Amino acid sequence: MSNHERQGDETPAIDPALEQGPQTSEHGTSGPLRPTDELSAAERQALIASMSPEDAERVPELHEVEVPPELREQIEEAMGRYPQLRSASIPALWAVQRHYGWCSPEGIRQAAAVMGVSPAYLQSVASFYDLFRLTPTGRNRILVCHNISCWMRGADDLLKRFCEATGADHHEAEHNGANSPDGEFFVQGFECLGACDIAPMASINQHYYGPIELDEVETVIDRLRRGEDPLPEKDIRKRTLAGGADAPEVETNADA
Amino acid sequence: MPERRLLFRNLDEPGLRTLDVYKRRGGYRALERAIRELEPDQIISEIEESGLRGRGGAGFSMGKKGSFLPRGDMPKYLCCNADESEPGTFKDRELMFKNPHGLIEGIVIAAIAVGAQHAFIFIRGEYWDVADVLDAAVREAYDAGLVGERILGSNHSVQLVVHRGAGAYICGEETALLDSLEGKRGNPRLKPPFPAVQGLYGGPTLINNVETLMNVPHIIRHGAEWYKRLGTEQSTGTKVVSVSGHVQRPGNYEIELGIPAREIIFGLAGGPPPGRRVKVWFPGGSSAPVLTEEELDLPYSFEAMAEAGSMLGSGAIIVGDDTVSVPELALRTARFYHHESCGKCSPCREGTNWTVKMLERVVRGEATPMDLDIIASVQENIIGNCLCVLGDAMAMPVGSMVRKFRHEFEEVIERARAAHGGPLDAAPDDVPPVPLGVHA
Repeated sequence: MSNHERQGDETPAIDPALEQGPQTSEHGTSGPLRPTDELSAAERQALIASMSPEDAERVPELHEVEVPPELREQIEEAMGRYPQLRSASIPALWAVQRHYGWCSPEGIRQAAAVMGVSPAYLQSVASFYDLFRLTPTGRNRILVCHNISCWMRGADDLLKRFCEATGADHHEAEHNGANSPDGEFFVQGFECLGACDIAPMASINQHYYGPIELDEVETVIDRLRRGEDPLPEKDIRKRTLAGGADAPEVETNADA
Repeated sequence: MPERRLLFRNLDEPGLRTLDVYKRRGGYRALERAIRELEPDQIISEIEESGLRGRGGAGFSMGKKGSFLPRGDMPKYLCCNADESEPGTFKDRELMFKNPHGLIEGIVIAAIAVGAQHAFIFIRGEYWDVADVLDAAVREAYDAGLVGERILGSNHSVQLVVHRGAGAYICGEETALLDSLEGKRGNPRLKPPFPAVQGLYGGPTLINNVETLMNVPHIIRHGAEWYKRLGTEQSTGTKVVSVSGHVQRPGNYEIELGIPAREIIFGLAGGPPPGRRVKVWFPGGSSAPVLTEEELDLPYSFEAMAEAGSMLGSGAIIVGDDTVSVPELALRTARFYHHESCGKCSPCREGTNWTVKMLERVVRGEATPMDLDIIASVQENIIGNCLCVLGDAMAMPVGSMVRKFRHEFEEVIERARAAHGGPLDAAPDDVPPVPLGVHA
């Protein structure tokens, strides 16, 4: 008998009239769940008895779940990096997202099996963080910063233009992000991405570009469709210090 | 007054992110000195003597923080806070991307000083390219024996892991960072115990910002006496300021602390576009109470900003010119904190939510002047009532905007009233009011 099945013989004896579960009231009519304050002692006992830990989804065993070998390897490698393996939760979810394009229930279950935690645990972690997607996501991810500095420099219009160019729903994009109808793009208004020096900017497939002009948006979208670098000349990696090359340096003892 | 570059030295030199070039520019000499010439305690006292204050926002003395960690052989940890998420702040991104070894050297010295054998760089997940650069540099440093077991042949060992976050402002709060690093949802913890005593995995933990740690090699190499000569008495050293918003040359500038804010905003960043004036500015990220045009001549230092009722925070200056609507700015600010509130403490979770709703009413022209008092009182009831300061970080700037620009909020409300053709709150209601709350 697997753990998952209730072991009726071992559960403590309870009033047979209540064995039908928590939805059954004293009068035998089932109804919606009520606040526990309003339950009788017997109802409360029945409720507690019905909430057996075995009802929760267990930690999946590795032999029950088929995990793609490279995914398993990445997660195990992450587990080895930390003094406590649970620290690998976020790296494991990153690995799932890389593999499937989003944190799919199946991927989360696989990661849970490798890590020896429950899928619900990883789900709860994934739902906390903005970068983990719990729904399928367009192939190209465009996060448009709409925080203070970018807003001052026209981020709202930029986000709208990205939505127009891709067909993503603007209202959804402003909040939780939206996919384009063709599934090619995911557009989201995002909180400060830490690149106010190139405002208004966007993180496109995890690279930062800016300042993006409104009339560059079509070009960006076309290039992404062709699998090209969307805006090579505005890649933040090419940006040099704002103060130029010859600002004075502090004198150190080594200079003396 | 121009820049004064210390951390920015050679920053744009191609190849500085490789070990080879970094060493040629004097890199890892401080680590050698820390290992060969100094005892761990001496490293801490040198840092304390230098007056180095945390560059992440709170401005606490790094040396003091380090000295709070207990001695002894228990497992200790060091976390470098690279979760740079404070709106307006982008200094650590440029520092880490261009000089990863400068950070690694600082981390290893600090870890040796406090006896931490495990160190982590908690970098925000959005900085994917930067994390790639760090990963490569850490590998190089391991291969060269500068990180890992028996560093430079000594008895010191430090393991260093680059940990990528996944998008949550709250993880920049040190105890939420620890929870996140332990693989949990990033909720802040009750303090005390402070992380110096009970931090990561329950062990003593030193948590410092990227820029703070990058100052350490310079202090160890050139001495506290030399470092103290930079800046002011209470704000020693240089500071990287991130200037953004309505300025002509937004970007990171390294300055000596204590120069007038006007020099930074106008002299370095070029000021607002021609013909426009500075109306409002945040001196230290979006969590700092805002300042006005009249306060541009204040010295830019921890103490002067605190005296003006604001804070130097992360050193992020956001400038708004006279085209900015302050009520809309307040709304934009509040929305951010509402989105990022982790939900653990009610004053923050509910307070940010209601502040957004009320500010939306103001901006839509549906508010009354009384709403401004309610907004102000909500802010007062958030401050100091939560486990961490995320709620305060909304309450302080929003409260300051309502206080300093109340006339502008009232104008917005008055315009809406005029457009309606009558007092907003006098419209007779079909339904008699239902008494609620304490008056019921």
